[in-house]
Amino acid sequence: MSAGHGHRLYRPGDSPVHRLPPHCKLLALVGFVLATVSTPREVYWAFGAYAVLLVGVAVLARVPAGFLLRRMLVELPFVGFALLLPFVANGPDVQVLGLSVSRDGLLGAWNIMAKGTLGVVAGVLLAATTELRALLLGLQKLRMPPLLVQIMSFMLRYGGVITAEMGRMRIARESRGFVARDLRQTPAVAKSAGALFIRSYERGERVHLAMLSRGYTGTMPVILDTRATGAQWAAAAALPVAALVVWAGALTL
Amino acid sequence: MHIPNGFIDGPVSAGAAVVAVAGIAVGLRGARRELDERTAPLAGLVAAFVFAVQMLNFPVAGGTSGHLLGGTLAAILVGPYTGVLCVAVVLLMQGLFFADGGLTALGLNITIMGIVTVVVGYGLFRLALGLLPARHSSVPIAAFVGALVSVPAAACVFTGFYAIGGTTDVSIGKVAGAMIGVHVLIGIGEAIITAATVSSVLAVRPDLVHGARGLARPLELRSAGGTR
Repeated sequence: MSAGHGHRLYRPGDSPVHRLPPHCKLLALVGFVLATVSTPREVYWAFGAYAVLLVGVAVLARVPAGFLLRRMLVELPFVGFALLLPFVANGPDVQVLGLSVSRDGLLGAWNIMAKGTLGVVAGVLLAATTELRALLLGLQKLRMPPLLVQIMSFMLRYGGVITAEMGRMRIARESRGFVARDLRQTPAVAKSAGALFIRSYERGERVHLAMLSRGYTGTMPVILDTRATGAQWAAAAALPVAALVVWAGALTL
Repeated sequence: MHIPNGFIDGPVSAGAAVVAVAGIAVGLRGARRELDERTAPLAGLVAAFVFAVQMLNFPVAGGTSGHLLGGTLAAILVGPYTGVLCVAVVLLMQGLFFADGGLTALGLNITIMGIVTVVVGYGLFRLALGLLPARHSSVPIAAFVGALVSVPAAACVFTGFYAIGGTTDVSIGKVAGAMIGVHVLIGIGEAIITAATVSSVLAVRPDLVHGARGLARPLELRSAGGTR
């Protein structure tokens, strides 16, 4: 519970990607994702080019492939959905491996897998190279309402505490022989959830009082000033500009 | 289940993003009324609670499991505006930092799982509470009704978005059947957990349940002799 340790999404490092200011990286991510999403799905080579760009960023940031692959598991539920599409979609059928599947469904599945995966990898790279606290500062720099940024920072700061509290409750339940088999066990789980809410709310009240006693007036002081130089903007723009070139190529070729 | 990039087309995603931004703006404004100057820490902690409680899985038929969406629960416990805000913040964090749900689908995810579940769930909760006798024991029943409908309602809205902006031509009947069928089951789980959680908070700290405000009996002063 003590402070000072990084989040498990973040990989500490000192690569050129790590050193870029957070708001530049956020805008680069948005630009890249917009380019991938608006690329027509039939231009297969463009998605290969996007993937090469991301691999380049990963190599530059020294993020190992194993870490990326593990973090990509978040995508799995929709992969299942995408795999179903060729069998349920309408339109003319094609033969693949002896199975008759819908052509449009096949393309749709490819579309979701390609664009979804590129988005996930780009997002994972951002989180792996930027401390979450810095990302919040970046959002504030990009004119997100300060109150929203504060709420997000509190959620981030106490998310681990509350989740750990829930884990301790689960261990306490299970050490007393509790097994959640079906909905009949709901009351026990729900009582834990209720207790968790009360503890979270009361912790919020204590946090607020602690902030007041330290002179909180409604805004958080900005200790870390992250101003971007022209060179840093240019470096961050490399990814979206390269993606834009691919995108333009995909539309014209 | 978060919508990834490329699932719904650009114009519809952009439209949903506008709805989401408007929803968050209304939520921010209303949350300040519900929580006054304690908004930042309290909404933050409630968002952390929603985030944690979403990890509670419960078994649905056929070996699959659903997890709590928590929109109705948050709205009943802390008020509808703070509820929308907290769920939206959780989705924002998941989309921006955890790569869970696409960046361009963020508006869709917030509209469907944040705004629709809270508006439908809390609206029905209020309606049911108005019809039931004004007692504390009515609150979990109304919470059950609200949560039960909120999840299939979200699935309906998803189907609607898919009908106008889906990138693959699947007959809407199939999408609606699959989505709503599964989510009716998830809704039952959500309703049971929501009602039980609300009732357990109500038993310990009735003052913390926003939806039960006004149900507490006013303090009665009696003299030592028992006369009023």
